[in-house]
Amino acid sequence: MNGSTRPGPAASAAVPSRAARLIAAGCAAAGLWGPTLEAAPFRPTDDRAVIERLPTRPTDPVQRELAELRRIHAAAPGEPGPAVDLARRYFSLALESGDMRYTGYAQAALAAWRRPPGPVPVDVLVVKAQLAQYRHDFIDALKLFDAAIALDPKNVRAHAWRAAVNMVIARYDAVRADCTRVRELGEALLATGCEAYLDATLGKAGAAYDALAAQLKAEQGARPTLKLWTLTVLAEIARRKGDMAAAEAHYKAALQLENSDQYLLAAYAELLTHQRRWPDIVALLRRWERSDVLLLQLARAERAVGTPEANAHAALLRSRFADAALRGDSINAQDEAWFRLEFEQDPKGALALALQNWAIQKEPRDAEIVLEAALAARDPSAAKPVMDWLARTGLEDPRLAELAAAMKKTTR
Amino acid sequence: MIRLLGLLLLLLQLPQAALAHKPSDSYLALQAQGQNIAGQWDIALRDLEYAIGLDADGDGAITWGEIKARHEAIAAYAFARLKLRTEGRDCEVKVTDHLIDSHSDGSYAVLRFDAACSAQAATAAEIEYRLFFDLDPTHRGLLRWQSGSVTTTGVLSPDRPALQIRGEETTRLAQFFAYAREGVWHIWIGIDHILFLVSLLLPAVLVATARGWAPVDRFAPAMWDVVKVVTSFTVAHSITLSLAALSIISLPSRITETAIALSVLLAALNNIRPVVYEKRWVVAFLFGLIHGFGFASVLSDLGLPREALLTALVGFNLGVEAGQLAIVAVFLPIAYRMRRTVLYRRIILVGGSAIIAALAAAWMAERAFDLKLLG
Repeated sequence: MNGSTRPGPAASAAVPSRAARLIAAGCAAAGLWGPTLEAAPFRPTDDRAVIERLPTRPTDPVQRELAELRRIHAAAPGEPGPAVDLARRYFSLALESGDMRYTGYAQAALAAWRRPPGPVPVDVLVVKAQLAQYRHDFIDALKLFDAAIALDPKNVRAHAWRAAVNMVIARYDAVRADCTRVRELGEALLATGCEAYLDATLGKAGAAYDALAAQLKAEQGARPTLKLWTLTVLAEIARRKGDMAAAEAHYKAALQLENSDQYLLAAYAELLTHQRRWPDIVALLRRWERSDVLLLQLARAERAVGTPEANAHAALLRSRFADAALRGDSINAQDEAWFRLEFEQDPKGALALALQNWAIQKEPRDAEIVLEAALAARDPSAAKPVMDWLARTGLEDPRLAELAAAMKKTTR
Repeated sequence: MIRLLGLLLLLLQLPQAALAHKPSDSYLALQAQGQNIAGQWDIALRDLEYAIGLDADGDGAITWGEIKARHEAIAAYAFARLKLRTEGRDCEVKVTDHLIDSHSDGSYAVLRFDAACSAQAATAAEIEYRLFFDLDPTHRGLLRWQSGSVTTTGVLSPDRPALQIRGEETTRLAQFFAYAREGVWHIWIGIDHILFLVSLLLPAVLVATARGWAPVDRFAPAMWDVVKVVTSFTVAHSITLSLAALSIISLPSRITETAIALSVLLAALNNIRPVVYEKRWVVAFLFGLIHGFGFASVLSDLGLPREALLTALVGFNLGVEAGQLAIVAVFLPIAYRMRRTVLYRRIILVGGSAIIAALAAAWMAERAFDLKLLG
């Protein structure tokens, strides 16, 4: 998109990219000088018109349960027990629905321990750490897990979560230590999954897959959530080994256990995306507009198939990213990078977001968008941190290998 | 999306995973008009339902009738948590209308209001915001403050619930100079515009003879040549800059940018193998029209204030001219002094033009075919 005709360090800061200018010129041509996202406010004419549908009714069992938890908490707001119960319930609702508001309600329940000093109970620390990682504040989350483990060295949950956070920020030695600790604490399948995921990132996908598959076979009676998790890890490792059939079989087995799971759907849809099976994705994600990442996958597939909803879904994503930008959030940087790359023809903008995301989290999907955007923006040097990471870890992943090869071709 | 975290969420919390979803925001737009502040506040119906309850019949659907019945309660709840002040005294808020609007995550109650303050709100005002912070610390108030032609945005959070607005009396004059500065800046970093001008100016201290370029005898003809070239370039790009900025004409930037590169290429080639001699001002005029579109795209990136369109346009344009004159002021005396040397006539004029032509050809290829040749 760009011929770099305005050199100098200040130029990039003062003058937006050619692509941004192209868009601006387009907007100018259309007479849109500023962002005009919202429709005009209106006054409904019919009292019976439904203006908003709530996710749950006040009489739903979940709402009654929440009302009861709130009542107990309100009677003694400084008691850790009821506060943690309420916060955990809200947090699990956030995970279930993908609705960020519930994490806010969870934080409000823990308001009594908002500011140090004063001793904070272990359970409060762990929930606070989970909430911190949810908003991608990994440094804060690690501090809180460290504090929880210092108080309670046998806390499996804190160890497993700390491993997960360290995995995201590529501190692999720390992950190994926590996986080992989980094994010592007697959670063999969880520990094997933890280690397998790590090994599969460090170039030993084959052995990791076999070990985890064997452990799952040995523990057929494991609780369903643990089985679901294990199957999803197996699917991911199979995909990296290039065994797409096995990956799909694991995803399908996992979907049999629980079919309304957003994470699982996203991972499965990603596999289908790599295989360009667009109609399958449309069928899978038709009802999942509420989640940004699923909506992105859906819109991409709809566009490839050529369904009429594709444009409306792209517009919805565009306005969600604009809203997040107003707020100053960067949680969606990775999704937005894909969106800029594929829907806005803005590889430079996509690359900037992908690198911003890479600075915070370093997993294969984070690497993939950096490579894709750097290739599209013809800026191979920008992808150097990711190429270094690939070389250092020895990660096996057919898609990343393909992109890395293309990258090497352009730099040669 | 976070791989293993997502997986662990499945495992340790619930059989469902965390994926980003829009958090709670309200949109507060304020416009200072003398001692008054006109406002519009969009608050999510879901948040109001959680805070004060709207769904009277508990059927999970909020109707317009249910909202209307709660209009007073909504206004009372919201305005107990928003204070607008001038000189330390609260402004008196009166709600003027209740409407509905939709945002990317659902429907919002829209409260329109007027706030009567005791002092000029445009000069200095304070906003204190506490809506929903007790119920949801991740809630944010997204503020847009407008006074005159100046728009300020801000995010109100539990850690930063108050904002001071310092209306630094932005005058037309200040705005004019701000755009003029941008104009100067743009010509200075706009190497393609500079090279075009330099290519046309290089032969100004020379005259065309049957045996090629020969030095001029006096300063006056050289000066006159420069004036003609610079003036016609200026007039031409002012015309298209204005037309484009006023949205009367627009060209795709790829065409504009390619044509600008072509103009540099032709101007440089003309110095090596002259085709146009005294009429270089015509060339300057014709291609100046194209450069004007290039300037316009920068101006539209800066954002044009609707109510001060002319100020911004004239300021930016004059800034471009000032930047241009500075280049001429440095170039002309040096060129005049060097005009008899072989260095000037062979190396600078021919060699320099060849380098410029090569550069311009590369830009042209890049821009026309969307390539990246130069670093």
